Formats: sequence, structure tokens, C-alpha cells
Amino acid sequence: MGIFKDAGHLFRFAALFVVGTLTFLGIRGFFVPKSFGEYGHYRGNAIVEVAARPIHYAGNQACETCHTDVVNKKKDGKHAHVNCEACHGPLAKHADDPSVEPTKLDTAVLCLSCHTASAAKPKGFAQVAEDHSSGLPCETCHQPHSPAIAAGGAK
Amino acid sequence: MNLSRRHFLILLPAAAVAWQAVLAGSPEASPNYKMSEHWWGMLIDIPKCIGCGNCVRACQAENDVPDGYFRTWVERYHVSDGNLSNPEVISPDGGKEGFSPAKEDEGKYFFVPKLCNQCADSPCTQVCPVGATFTSPDGVVLVDQTYCMGCAYCVQACPYGCRYIHPTKKVVDKCTLCYHRITKGLTTACCEACPTGARQLADLKNPKDPIHEFLKTHSVQVLKPQMATGAKAFYYDLDGSVR
Repeated sequence: MGIFKDAGHLFRFAALFVVGTLTFLGIRGFFVPKSFGEYGHYRGNAIVEVAARPIHYAGNQACETCHTDVVNKKKDGKHAHVNCEACHGPLAKHADDPSVEPTKLDTAVLCLSCHTASAAKPKGFAQVAEDHSSGLPCETCHQPHSPAIAAGGAK
Repeated sequence: MNLSRRHFLILLPAAAVAWQAVLAGSPEASPNYKMSEHWWGMLIDIPKCIGCGNCVRACQAENDVPDGYFRTWVERYHVSDGNLSNPEVISPDGGKEGFSPAKEDEGKYFFVPKLCNQCADSPCTQVCPVGATFTSPDGVVLVDQTYCMGCAYCVQACPYGCRYIHPTKKVVDKCTLCYHRITKGLTTACCEACPTGARQLADLKNPKDPIHEFLKTHSVQVLKPQMATGAKAFYYDLDGSVR
């Protein structure tokens, strides 16, 4: 016991160190979220929270489950690959509850957002000059779901 | 407890199954979605883009992006006389309301939609001091907005300018590749709204995804390849002038 005779202060210091470490680990365990480090140096539950945000666009499949008549109209036309919500806008609310009415579209404005003639657009893309319809809405002549007039798209 | 050798051997497989369930951890938000089975990216087909701005509007509607800020935007390039080093680039309000018609002119015009490149070796996640931004196991760069303190290191680090500080939340915000949609089996809002199919969501881990055939047969480039960011936004027919 000779060398430990005056070592009481060392044991007290060691005890203090142990208590300090345990306190630190306790506080850390309390404040660091459970999922932190699950996949990496971040909170794993953050992924679940981002994934849980609400959707606004219902997706084409949702539209096609009910509107089969429009699917048939579209399928041979130039707009066959244009998704419904590309023109009609985000309609997840309408898909959840069909009594929510989508807003009626104004073809005089809507069609031009894609089809206004511009030298910047790809050459093969259908474009119309400003005076093409002399102000009449496009749907006067073109059926928006299958717009080519030769293909029976005329009204 | 008195356990015979026979009973112990019978219970062993059951215990193994139970331990597997413990190791698997908590279930995810979408029960049928497994992060380990996906690796997300996007294909952007430049010759198909008409610069209508549908994607920008769709993104803002889907993700409540404040006015004047963009998770995705469209740029119009005008390169005259083959002067690749000095293109004229415009993006009025991010191309949200489209572009005013261009007059027939010498040189070439094209549109370049931009968004987070979902880099595999992203510079932005590496600089975050608090672990608030990260690449998810399925390859999407996300932000934990409850952890972010708005220091904007990542905004500076992104070589593509895809991040911004949200004006009211005062934390960083960026494209999530519509993570809340793709985990439900939907495509992103920008892809959903694109009328010409110029944008296509791509799952690089799904062998049936058409992206694989496209990458094999087309000339595809990423933005700023010299930065070695492992960008997963693949641009078809990208002009050398695009920065």
C-alpha cells in the first residue's frame, strides 16, 4: 500500500472525471435525436419528414382512372403524350374529392404558352404566328385533346 | 427457466428472425418503398425543350417555392458566330412565364432547364457544419430544415447555384427531386407538367428504366464535369457553351 498512501486526491479526481463523462453522455443522449446516424451524419427521420409532404399534382394515372373518354380522344392525337396536369394544372384535390371543380381553361391564353412562334424553339415544334386566329380562342377550330384538324380534331 | 437442448434448437430460428426485425429498424413513410432499391437522377432532353416554363410553375406550386426563388429554372442560350465562350443567356423570372419570342437571327438558340443535379459526391453536403444536408441512401440531396441554421455555406458550395435561403424560414431550401412524390411511385412535378417530355425522372438502379438504353445510345453530358461532382442530371445534346 506504500505508493497509494497519499493518493486519495487522485481517486477523487478520477471519480470527478467519471461523473463528468457520465453527465456529458447523459446530456448528449438526451439531446441527440434517436435517428441521428441511422444512415450517416444526419437525422434519419428527416428523410421520412421530407417524404411526408403533401402532393399537389395527382399524376396522370389518377386522371386516367376516371377520364377514360379523354384518354381515348387523346391517344391518336399530337397531344397523346402530354400529361393532363401539364395544361389543367395541379389537381390532387380534385383527384381526392371529385366535387372540387377544376378551373375552366382559356385556350386563347393557355395554348400560346407553348405554341407562340419563336426562333428559339425547336424547328419541328408546332408554332403559330400572333395573327393566326385573329384573336379567336384556339378551341374555335382545334380540339385541344387531339388538335390536328385533318385528324378530325375540328369541332 | 428449464430449457432442454431440443427446445433451444427449435427456438433458435425464431430468435434469428426476431433479431433481423430489430436490425431492420423503423419502417419508412411509404411502406412499399425501399431506399436501397433506387438511385435517382434525371434526364434532360435539350432538343425537346420549348421554354414554356411549365416546369418552373409546377415546381413552385408543388413545393410552395416563394416568388423570385427557384428550385428549377429555364435558361435561354443564344450563341452567335460559333462564339461558344460568350453566349447570351437570359432567364426572365426563371423562365416561369416563358420567353418573349426570338427573332430569326444568325446563330443558334436553345433552352436549358436547370435543377439540383443530385450529385453523388456533392460539394454542398460536404461543407454543412451541422449535418443538416445530406445525400439520402437513394441518391437525393435533401435538407433537414429543423437542423439547418442558415449559414449558407452550402449555397456558396453548390457549383450550379441550386440552393437559396428561404426568405421567411431563414433556412436553406432546394430541389428535393420531389422526394415526397417519387417515394409514392409518382414522377416529379416538373416531369409531370413538361408537355414535351424534355425532362424524365430516372431510376439508375432499376434495370427496366429507359434511361439505361438512352445513356448507351445517345451523346449525354453532365454540367461542369470538371468539378467531379458525380452529377446525376444528364443532359442530352448539351452545347459546349452551357455553363
